[in-house]
Amino acid sequence: MKANPKNMPGFGLVTWLGLAFLYLPIFAVIAFSFNSGRLVTVWEGFSFEWYPRALGNHDLQRATMNSLIVAVGATFIGTVIALAAALALHGGGVPKPVKTASYTMMALPLLVPEIVIAVTTMAFFAAINLRLGLINVLIAHIVFCIPFAYAPIRARIATIPKSMSEAAKDLYADEWQAFRHVTLPLLTPGIFSGALLAFITSLDDFIITLMVAPPGASTLPVEIYSKVKRGITPEINAAASMLLAFSIFIVLLSYIINRKKVI
Amino acid sequence: MSDRLVIQSVTKFFGSAQNPVRAVDDLSLNVRENEFFTLLGPSGCGKTTLLRLIAGLESCDTGKILLDGVDIAGLPANKRPVNTVFQSYALFPHMTVADNIGFGMSMQGKDAKDIEKATADALALMRMENFGARYPSELSGGQQQRVALARALVNRPKILLLDESLSALDYKLRKDMQIELKRLQRETEITFIFVTHDQEEALSMSDRIAVMERGRIGQLGTPQEIYHRPVSRYVADFIGICNFVAAPSLGLSESGHIGFRPEDATLLIREGQQPDVAGPIVHGKLDALSYHGAVTYYQVTLDSGETVTVADHEKLPVGVDARVRVALLPDMLIRCAS
Ligand SMILES: Nc1ncnc2c1ncn2[C@@H]1O[C@H](COP(=O)(O)OP(=O)(O)O)[C@@H](O)[C@H]1O
Ligand SMILES: [Mg+2]
Repeated sequence: MKANPKNMPGFGLVTWLGLAFLYLPIFAVIAFSFNSGRLVTVWEGFSFEWYPRALGNHDLQRATMNSLIVAVGATFIGTVIALAAALALHGGGVPKPVKTASYTMMALPLLVPEIVIAVTTMAFFAAINLRLGLINVLIAHIVFCIPFAYAPIRARIATIPKSMSEAAKDLYADEWQAFRHVTLPLLTPGIFSGALLAFITSLDDFIITLMVAPPGASTLPVEIYSKVKRGITPEINAAASMLLAFSIFIVLLSYIINRKKVI
Repeated sequence: MSDRLVIQSVTKFFGSAQNPVRAVDDLSLNVRENEFFTLLGPSGCGKTTLLRLIAGLESCDTGKILLDGVDIAGLPANKRPVNTVFQSYALFPHMTVADNIGFGMSMQGKDAKDIEKATADALALMRMENFGARYPSELSGGQQQRVALARALVNRPKILLLDESLSALDYKLRKDMQIELKRLQRETEITFIFVTHDQEEALSMSDRIAVMERGRIGQLGTPQEIYHRPVSRYVADFIGICNFVAAPSLGLSESGHIGFRPEDATLLIREGQQPDVAGPIVHGKLDALSYHGAVTYYQVTLDSGETVTVADHEKLPVGVDARVRVALLPDMLIRCAS
């Protein structure tokens, strides 16, 4: 008989402790974002005032804009590159060693510790003297967005039989039409979930952005961090809560859209 | 009748240069206008590859493919007036039945009105008028098959290619579809090239059959020619049951083997019984019999030690181990290369 970890003594307790350790801080942040006092450890009563204050904060506003610009840009460009790579590597035309090399190169940002990428990217930008402000951040984000977008697209491509595009061509579609009317629609769920992963990863990135972002180009996580260094305020809690709500919204959205039957 | 398709010395290699597989090997054949033509052969003999070469989904390494006299070997699939019913149907799952059927015309830039009309006609031809708005996943296997047929036929191709189209269906549906396919071929007057490994299906449906053997044509002819005058033992064995015995065992003064079909022999169970037609008669012992309703098969071991099968419409009053004689119809003896 297979040993079921559920039957081990203390399993339930450890599970609940683990969950509490993971989620209680998040609930604390949300709860104290509604605290009427300035202190983050003493509850003084319910208030909604920190949300308008956070929304009205110019630093946070600018950081949010930067975050969205970078996330949308990196998602779009990263997903297009990932799609192109997936389509190219799926066909029979590419020799095996080239394929393996391409996979490895694309997956590198997942394998190498983030701090290494952060430092090398920063050094690289300095070496070629690239000073394009937010574009620097965007370039760095595109690179690590590609593997996140690639994985679901590749998984999806593998499920589409070769006879689909062959049938399209047999029915007078040229290469582009076969892609546009058959392959692309069948790939849509994969592209969508890939883009979503890339978007969340970019929105969430901290270490790489911290290293490569020049002054004025910091994203929301970096901005929140620099404010926290000067002391946690309910304003920051409110900003963090909104970021969390937005992330949850995106994930729910993807779930709902993905659930629609496509194939 | 003139030739719609002529294949001249076409060869197709797969695999590496060191270890090439000749899927189609210097093959030539002709298919006539308005013909129900069948490619018959065991799995792996190159039927699908030949079909894909005609469709343009593979390119030939050597040879010519002439459609109405024009070499189309260099044209891509989307430029060939040929359509395929894929073995897996390959319906587009994200499109409705109507959009699937209209796809070919839409890719050719036909008018939306014409497409709509042709799609409705095609659905009517398949007796599926009420299914246009459904998705393929909402159809049974047999219905998907008909949509795949409609999707190909609606383009009025010069040739319709069908790859083992019926083998996924169960027996009853398959028999119905065989009749349906014949009806469609008659009504549309489109040349059909039908691939199957089922010899019974091939015999009952085809105007002509090409029996394939390791990438080549073993024999090309009408079902009657293939059945009664097979040119090789391979063809004879592949099409139905064929007995082969050494000529001397039949009392014939020639060398080599003589073939005969089970129904071209009569089992004589009584002493002194005479066959209706005089011919070679051999002695033997009944080994086994199997009853199939319309026909009963008798397995006889001849005194020469060879085993043959004889068919009779009647269940004869005879038991296993009885001494019997086998009388052959002299006109039906098969003499072919081994
Ligand atoms: N894409 C391919 N790559 C390599 N070998 C193939 C390919 N397609 C077919 N073959 C080989 O060619 C031969 C004929 O295959 P096929 O045309 O599919 O036969 P059939 O349809 O009669 O079963 C087989 O030996 C098969 O393994
Ligand atoms: Mg096949």
